[in-house]
Amino acid sequence: MSAPAAVVEIAGLSTRFGRQVVHRDIDLVVFQGEVLTLVGGSGSGKTTLLRQMLGLERPAAGTVKVFGTDLARATASGLESIRSRWGMLFQGGALFSALSVFDNVALPLRELKRLDEGMVHDLVMLKLQMVGIEPKHAGKMPSELSGGMVKRIAFARAIALDPELLFLDEPTAGLDPDRSEGFVQMVISLRAALRMTVVMVTHDLDTLVSLSDRVAILAHSRLVSVATLDETVALDDPFVHDFFRGARGRRALLARGGAVPPGGT
Amino acid sequence: MAAVEPRWTVSSAAGAAGAARAVSLAGTWSLEAITRVPDGIDADVARLAGDPALAWDLRGIDRLDDAGAVLLWRAWGRKLPARIEVRPEHETVFRHLAASDQPVPADGGAGMLAPLVGLGRWLDSMADHAVALLRLLGQLAIDGVDIALHPARIPLKEISANVYRTGSQALGVTALVGFLIGVVLSYLSGQQLRTFGADIYIVDLLGIAVIRELGPVLAAILVAGRSGSAMTAQIGVMRVTQELDAMTVMGIPHGRRLVLPKVVALAIAMPLLCLWTSALALVGGMVAAEVQMGLSHVYFIESLRTAVPIANYWLGLGKGVVFGVLIALIACHYGLRIRPNTESLGRGVTASVVSAITVVIIADALFAVLFSDVGLVE
Repeated sequence: MSAPAAVVEIAGLSTRFGRQVVHRDIDLVVFQGEVLTLVGGSGSGKTTLLRQMLGLERPAAGTVKVFGTDLARATASGLESIRSRWGMLFQGGALFSALSVFDNVALPLRELKRLDEGMVHDLVMLKLQMVGIEPKHAGKMPSELSGGMVKRIAFARAIALDPELLFLDEPTAGLDPDRSEGFVQMVISLRAALRMTVVMVTHDLDTLVSLSDRVAILAHSRLVSVATLDETVALDDPFVHDFFRGARGRRALLARGGAVPPGGT
Repeated sequence: MAAVEPRWTVSSAAGAAGAARAVSLAGTWSLEAITRVPDGIDADVARLAGDPALAWDLRGIDRLDDAGAVLLWRAWGRKLPARIEVRPEHETVFRHLAASDQPVPADGGAGMLAPLVGLGRWLDSMADHAVALLRLLGQLAIDGVDIALHPARIPLKEISANVYRTGSQALGVTALVGFLIGVVLSYLSGQQLRTFGADIYIVDLLGIAVIRELGPVLAAILVAGRSGSAMTAQIGVMRVTQELDAMTVMGIPHGRRLVLPKVVALAIAMPLLCLWTSALALVGGMVAAEVQMGLSHVYFIESLRTAVPIANYWLGLGKGVVFGVLIALIACHYGLRIRPNTESLGRGVTASVVSAITVVIIADALFAVLFSDVGLVE
């Protein structure tokens, strides 16, 4: 297989909030078809980096290219075409509270203005079915739903356009273990069917271990490492030790049957 | 990325299991690809699907996403064709489609009875509002007695913050509006009075109208739009962000911490604002009278004392207190009824302002009837 194409390219990115430096000179490439997980301590700027990839925030220096287009210089039509090729799952779901479940998922499809209503209906019901939401919930409003359901519907909305690139911000936070596992399986099968590229921020070790192709670690405002899970676990870095060597980390890694960092109590 | 069109080839040779005709699909069957076909691909596929004996071969498809699958599924009449071959990774989507094919439960329409149902709903919601307002008032009374008995519980900081926001910060806009209305009123009525040679009665006219009626009503309308909406939105956002629930859990009653300080603050700030608006309106009237009719301001101020009985002043202040309490109560009432979604927030704020202004004018009319023989000289 030839070298996969780069979907997201970040070069020389720096971020400052006032006098606080969040990112310093970060270079990162996300290749087509891979699942890249961003990890890092609280306040290390994971979500900020994700928002910069989405063009929601602009870095103080450096460029962010998505599908080969520099987000800061893209034309309106260029941005529009990028935005129909990616999907984002926000941490809190960010469902439109004034729209029903059905209309939330239908919104990106209707915005295309190229699908008739029957097709939209079938697609929405299919997406809802895929994320395990029964048809009887389709007419409900977001405020009537549980947190887990909001998350699944937000995911259905994120994949409504069958995006090539999917951003997930803490996708399994707030889901019970069973649902988390179901979510992981869903992403795996979608990846196989749609050749999706996924950029994910997560704290959940089980999700990280079962989905990630590569792991990028943000610490001390730098990108400490970008490597496969096995290589990452073997790193001699204080953050890696704390993150993977705890009892939970060892359990998740053992369950996978891969490398386990030495030591730990 | 090279875009590949959705393609198909129909072969009459036995493609699969002895079928007479077979169709092989190839290319990209994705949302992007099918919406890019200019004339729409639905009709073509539907025509193919019209032949039930046709054998479908989907193994050549390069990329099949959900939109492509739905397109085929709809063409097939919501079931898989009798003869079909699919790659295993594409099979799941058709399984999901079969499972998702259930009608969405529609909410039962009322049909011919719709107007009646609408009327019933409206009456129901009116009754609901009345009960909720009564409850709010009752809670306010209880809280009032409570803090009267335990002065340490008076939420002084909240009251003072609200007086500043609703009173002090509204001085500018009420002054401007009051002054301009005074100028307009004096100018217009001055012209009329002059035709009767009754110029000097401008003082009586302005004095009574402004102090008794216009000042309080103007100030109330401005405050309802300015502070009432802000109060409703603040409480509404607290509902959306679950801050109200957090307060309940911590045992901080909404009534004492949110409603009471706002009501007390407006009861204090509103009469002062009425006074301020009236004063500025009179100044405006005085300036216009001097410019237009040459009525000296010394005479204006001198005769104001005899022209307007002091009862009107107290009436204006009393109206201010009542209007302030009404505006704050209505703002809190609508704020607490907001449901946790953005649309409800917008509707709540609008309803709050409209109701507050309406209620203020109704109350003003009641005042006019009740105090018709107070403060008016024959």
